[in-house]
Amino acid sequence: MIHAHDSLIVLMLGRILIPLVQLYGLYVLFFGQYGPGGGFVGGVIFGTSMILSVLIFGHGASYSTMARTVRHGDGVGLLIFAGVGGLCLIGGGEFLNYAALEIPGLDVASRRYLGIVLAQIGVAVDVGVTAISIVFSLSFDHEDGDSHA
Amino acid sequence: MTFSFEVPLLILLILTAAGAILVKDLVPAVFILGSYSFFLALVWACLGAVDVAFVEAVVGAGLATVFFLLTLFRTAQKDTRLYPSSYRGAALIGLPLLGFLILYAANDLPKFGDPASPASVHVSPVYLENSLHDTRTPNVVTSVLMDYRALDTLIETVVIFTAGIACALLLGRSRE
Repeated sequence: MIHAHDSLIVLMLGRILIPLVQLYGLYVLFFGQYGPGGGFVGGVIFGTSMILSVLIFGHGASYSTMARTVRHGDGVGLLIFAGVGGLCLIGGGEFLNYAALEIPGLDVASRRYLGIVLAQIGVAVDVGVTAISIVFSLSFDHEDGDSHA
Repeated sequence: MTFSFEVPLLILLILTAAGAILVKDLVPAVFILGSYSFFLALVWACLGAVDVAFVEAVVGAGLATVFFLLTLFRTAQKDTRLYPSSYRGAALIGLPLLGFLILYAANDLPKFGDPASPASVHVSPVYLENSLHDTRTPNVVTSVLMDYRALDTLIETVVIFTAGIACALLLGRSRE
């Protein structure tokens, strides 16, 4: 069970840094098609911001609500990624052939572009949530946590 | 090319790797390992693999350090050797021999950036030429990972998912 940090400097820095890190994670995730980055790195950065809030403010703090809420959702990202592949199957193509996504008004290149974006969101959710879940497994003491928290 | 940058970086890599092994207190060893990852990221960036450098810096220097530290806080922080020191002589002879064999085999690898190497003539030109037209994605690394080789990436995601599940099963179990 991690409690809030004693130092006021650390707490204030956390309040300033965490939103910036989250913004940067989203930028890396959605800019991955034009520069370095992508789903994996963006997910890790976004997950790291929530890990930072757990490490600075503790497990029970309201800043860590987001991390506490999502930590059991490991499979959601995988479901998004595989679900996009399944939609391609429904559209009549091969598994993960984004050109077969059934979206009216889009040419083939735009469909594949959209498929890449959706798959990257899936990877990001999976990686970020897994990082948070591992941190909670490593640091959460259930005997303490269940009775007092 | 970037030779003058690479030699100091490689020396720093060897120094930090040796330091992480030799330091007895494990908390400094974790931080030295993080700096090792950071120097490795600089080497990747020098070689032009910016995506790999990004992942190495974020995961190796950032996330892995946090995992190691959290593990150390739940276990012992001192290095306790599990093996008897009589194996040391065998390691002193065997590991240089293995290194020599690897260097000998590396002679037969194609030169760095060789346009006639098997990796550069098979499917790489197809991806490089068609990525922008096919997927409107200027970053070819992303289009190869997420479109042309999406099934590989899906299975890698399954691997990460499995790692998270295994950690939760082994460590997150409540004692009732």
